[in-house]
Amino acid sequence: MNRTMKLNRKKSRNVIPGFGLSMGVTVTMLSLIVLIPLFSVLLTLTNTTFQEFWSVVTDSQTVATYKVSLTCAAIAAVVNVFFGILLAWVLTRYEFPLRRMLDGLIELPFALPTAVAGIALTTLYSDQGWIGALFSKIGVKISYTKIGIVIAMIFIGIPFVVRSIQPVLEKLDPQYEEAAMALGASRSRIFFKVVFPEILPAALTGFGLAFARSIGEYGSVVFIAGNIPYKTQITPLIIMSKLEQFNYTAATSIALVMVVFAFILLFGINILQAWINKMARG
Amino acid sequence: MKQKIVKWALIGLGALFVLIMLILPLATVLVYALRQGWETFSEAILDEYAIKALNLTLFTTVITVIVNTVFGIFAAWSIAKFRFRGKQILTTLIDIPFSISPIIAGLVFILVFGRIGWAYPLLELWNIKVVFAVPGIVLATIFVTFPFVSRELIPLMQAQGSDEEEAAALMGAGGFRIFRKVTLPNIKWGLLYGIILCTARSLGEFGAVSVVSGHLRGKTDTLPLHVEILFNEFKLTSAFAVSSILVLIAIIILILRNIVEYRVKKRGGVNDYVR
Repeated sequence: MNRTMKLNRKKSRNVIPGFGLSMGVTVTMLSLIVLIPLFSVLLTLTNTTFQEFWSVVTDSQTVATYKVSLTCAAIAAVVNVFFGILLAWVLTRYEFPLRRMLDGLIELPFALPTAVAGIALTTLYSDQGWIGALFSKIGVKISYTKIGIVIAMIFIGIPFVVRSIQPVLEKLDPQYEEAAMALGASRSRIFFKVVFPEILPAALTGFGLAFARSIGEYGSVVFIAGNIPYKTQITPLIIMSKLEQFNYTAATSIALVMVVFAFILLFGINILQAWINKMARG
Repeated sequence: MKQKIVKWALIGLGALFVLIMLILPLATVLVYALRQGWETFSEAILDEYAIKALNLTLFTTVITVIVNTVFGIFAAWSIAKFRFRGKQILTTLIDIPFSISPIIAGLVFILVFGRIGWAYPLLELWNIKVVFAVPGIVLATIFVTFPFVSRELIPLMQAQGSDEEEAAALMGAGGFRIFRKVTLPNIKWGLLYGIILCTARSLGEFGAVSVVSGHLRGKTDTLPLHVEILFNEFKLTSAFAVSSILVLIAIIILILRNIVEYRVKKRGGVNDYVR
């Protein structure tokens, strides 16, 4: 058995043609479009001393943008996990009119250009907007504040969470829930003791993806943020303003911090994903 | 009875969230676009600069989709049909653009081709402009959408295995013939799905393009950048009128996406194998 598998493996390597060509095209295009340009970030910073780099990335205004980006993205991701679980549950467990349409609408943030989403959210939540007007009556401003940033990040992140949890809920065997019900557990108890542990890894993945996307997001956040230093300036925006001042070293230094952070996040998500796959198989 | 209340309360809460977060922004675009009547609307979308911006956006999208489809097919072919060392690393590297802020995607091309870039002397020699010109916009858009097609194809082709291709190869078919006659019919819906995703993102890309464009009106303004300019000039109605073109395209893409996703599932595509 083991031997035939080995033979098969060897055969499959030899029989299908085109390895050299396809590998060559893949690596060349990847290098030209992604890897070499990305490497320029490090190349540009070779002319910079570590002290210069450090003073730029720990400058008080820059640090303030990290805080705004991280806290808003975290709050938005928590809200998205809550509504993501709720929507995934509703879409997989219940039959109701317009269910398919609701399901399709979840993808809207992927399809709608971010700039359009940005100006629509800004207008909707400004003092004259449909929702903003309601809140301004009780003295709450949404557009051009941190709340606005959170709203835009919720918009951009929700599909990640719903689409991470939905497949897990769909394949979850209902017999465990039935068994728990037969044993007399209440519905909320069943959810928290039986269903929730099953979807927790997927929810964490969704959280990570939504969080990562929110930190990097520009188009949908830039309009509603208002770009006030120390208050509503997010990290991508400070990179943009450094670029507009032709301060390339500063822009690149802050970009490097973001790239490293994104890689760490991606690494964490991948480990989580591998763990989920192992759990699902085992 | 109590179960029913819980069910409808949850559906209501979910629907309310979707209404406030997703439907109302969409409605805002359409209502504001038409609030000053049809004439202002058509004036805004038939404006000379709007049409030029639309053309540039379509041009960029077509090139991006072609490049990324070619890459996606070759990458999926090498990753799904062969065994080699470092496959996991290659897959991770392809996914990099997903995890990088669009602003940084634009920045890297300034660092290569801009005035301070290492390739700038070469470009000057041949008198080519990349940054603050159309090539830069196209490159930045390709970067941002780079993994879209390959990401759909790789799991699909891996799940289908390579028995059919091996049989065809043993009967003497060449690589391109095997792809066209054996592989392509099996992956066509997945491929179309990837192309739709890639198109949607290219049409709407804003951050990366905004860094490399330089905002030259009528020359390097894409449709999303044109929307930004109008909005910042407080021409709300025009901004939303132009946006409504993009919304219309987004809705069509969303519907196409749902149809294709349904076909992919029905044919035993990615999702069925994962589940």
